[in-house]
Amino acid sequence: MLGSTIDKNTAMKLLLKNGRVVDPVNDRDGTYDVLIEDGIVTRIDRDAAVDAGVTIFEMPEGAVICPGLIDMHVHLREPGQEHKETVATGVASAVAGGFTAVACMPNTSPINDNASVTELILDRSAQANLARVYPIGAVSVGQKGEQLAELAELRDAGCVAFSDDGRPVATALLMRRALEYAGMLGLLVVDHCEDPTLKGDGVAHEGYYASLLGLRGIPGEAEELMVERDVTLAGMTKAAVHIAHMSTRGSLRAVRDGKARGVRVTCEVTPHHVTLTDEALVDYDTNVKMNPPLRDAADRDALIEGLRDGTIDAIATDHAPHHADEKAVEFDHAPFGIVGLETCVPLMLDRLVHGGVISMRRFVELLSVNPARLLKITGGSLAAGQSADITVLLPDLEVVVDRAKLQSKSKNMPFDGWRLRGGVGATFVGGRLVYCNTGVPALAAWTRNH
Amino acid sequence: MKGSGVRGQGSVGVREEGRAAAPTPLTALENRHLLGIAELSAEEIRLILDTADAMKEIGERPIKKVPTLRGKTVVNLFFEASTRTRTSFEIAEKRLSADTLNIAASASSVVKGETLADTVRNLEAMAPDVIVMRHTSSGACHLLARICRARVVNAGDGTHEHPTQALLDAFTIRQHKGRIEGLKVAIVGDLLHSRVLRSNLLLLNKLGAHVVACAPPTLQPVGLARMGAKPTSSIDEAVHEADVVMMLRIQLERMHGHFFPSLREYYRLFALTPARVRRAKPDVIIMHPGPMNRGVEIDSDVADGPYSVILAQVANGVAVRMAVLYLLAGGSEGAG
Ligand SMILES: [Zn+2]
Repeated sequence: MLGSTIDKNTAMKLLLKNGRVVDPVNDRDGTYDVLIEDGIVTRIDRDAAVDAGVTIFEMPEGAVICPGLIDMHVHLREPGQEHKETVATGVASAVAGGFTAVACMPNTSPINDNASVTELILDRSAQANLARVYPIGAVSVGQKGEQLAELAELRDAGCVAFSDDGRPVATALLMRRALEYAGMLGLLVVDHCEDPTLKGDGVAHEGYYASLLGLRGIPGEAEELMVERDVTLAGMTKAAVHIAHMSTRGSLRAVRDGKARGVRVTCEVTPHHVTLTDEALVDYDTNVKMNPPLRDAADRDALIEGLRDGTIDAIATDHAPHHADEKAVEFDHAPFGIVGLETCVPLMLDRLVHGGVISMRRFVELLSVNPARLLKITGGSLAAGQSADITVLLPDLEVVVDRAKLQSKSKNMPFDGWRLRGGVGATFVGGRLVYCNTGVPALAAWTRNH
Repeated sequence: MKGSGVRGQGSVGVREEGRAAAPTPLTALENRHLLGIAELSAEEIRLILDTADAMKEIGERPIKKVPTLRGKTVVNLFFEASTRTRTSFEIAEKRLSADTLNIAASASSVVKGETLADTVRNLEAMAPDVIVMRHTSSGACHLLARICRARVVNAGDGTHEHPTQALLDAFTIRQHKGRIEGLKVAIVGDLLHSRVLRSNLLLLNKLGAHVVACAPPTLQPVGLARMGAKPTSSIDEAVHEADVVMMLRIQLERMHGHFFPSLREYYRLFALTPARVRRAKPDVIIMHPGPMNRGVEIDSDVADGPYSVILAQVANGVAVRMAVLYLLAGGSEGAG
């Protein structure tokens, strides 16, 4: 299905017919037809008249048409670790998960701290031609935390934000300078928050389960200290900071307090921190080893509350592919991280929307509107004139997660066999059908359209 | 008590009069591995201890050998040096007539590219029946059990569990006190890094003892109370009226200067001295899993004194490990 269906002779006019359009930016939630011409949304109407030459995609019962989902935190591993993932397999995974765009972190090998690496990533992305790829450049040269990378050059090459992800921006002084300088460029600094000395060589959340299992702990406070620092520095510099993969209630409190006093701080959470707790450690499954680690139930519940009350701005997967051999080792030695692009939508529809935590509108804000706004990239809206980056969600689809069917090159995740309610129907990028869930009978005809 | 739970095992020489005791319904362990005390029920723990009673008797004979595991291969795979535990297992295996093989593997082999899975695949070519493993990483035995066909006995994994140590400690307590239920047990020392603590907490709670665990706050794991111990930083409070005092080793290589200022100060606040022993019950027993740091966590006068059962622990280790191996690998085929 993937790639092969992207026909150069794609019909120039498409009509997505009779779907529930959820488009928070334009305050639209109802049944509409969406007309796409030459890759651009041109009309959103009820019962649009159908001209000749328009290819019709009849929406299945209950389908939601929303602005394409954007994952603002993924690791595509190219260049340097192509045995884990490549840009091509990463974007295949993205569109299969309903994402029309991803922002990829700079901790590749070499590090994306200069224009040539950015260009290579964009070049690979153009070849793959599936989801849009927005590189995030390194804050510091080599992510070493010593010297600012050439941020303007990175911006000009196509980077949309800066981060030393994988590690925090090392010192308060460097963070201050990064915020000031990135602020001049109008771009966001995204920080992976942890105090390295307090984290030490920890491998799991410091709590009852880590104690029971004899796993070295990473206290929640290691994250919170750094979040507090960043909120303070964002207030000082009047620049914008974004907290990556926030995982504790203390961090949430710091962000909430910062927002209340007008600091430009935003944050994201991952599907796994909202879904799982450190209790999942009991089998020593290395597929529940990630950084930040799975926290306790009180933290998980606080994050869910933060999603409900609006404190949390985005859901991002922190998609972190690792080869099976790298994970098939002692818990201590396994690398941190799980893949998440293809499980995000089912998990979040099931747990958050069907779980009664958030509305479909808020779901679209968290996964499309806000990431587009924070990164200042196209998307997040379905207004006429916008590029037709569209995700079709099937909120009532019964999904059984199957590791073997993942498009990602790596299969490291703990959700294999999970039954979830809600999935992806199709993904359109620039008006092209780049993914269609052929397991859904009502969509089988779509691939023949192309 | 002796042999009460063990049936159909004439070949290990259980004396028949033991059979007059109330029959225990349990004769086998539920799991095919011994990964930790966490997976054992109270009944299974009692079965192992009862079986160890019978095994101990073998060790008191002139010819200390039975054919129970004849033809079986047991591999002792040690990624961490431990003369004491390895020797104890090896004697247990030899007394049961198993073919034994000792492999001292390097924990740094991962760095060299060979994973635990690689090591185990090579071992499996020799078709071992049991692999006894000591490893520096918590959970390594769980990983081993997932990838190998042999039965796995955890001989200590990282800071997680050391189940045969807790079993031999329980055996020793029962030997001296006749029971475990209702006893006050004080555990003192480096709680944070101790797999002996974790296994003992699980076991002592399952058998109804009251545990007080004592260490400076820097060496207390988070959630200690939920793990089943009353936490304290006062050794005087811990040993007060204790039936059993269990001292844990200060692992000097782990201290890095963060956990307490100096050994001298540690000794002053936390060592078991004769004066502190006097706060315990008059018939207190003093235990230590070894190897001891004399003059750090325990005074020589206490270690070698009248309340010490430290050498009994060592002797009992063999009987308990025989029991575990017998129950896992002997079974009806082994006894037949
Ligand atoms: Zn990160």
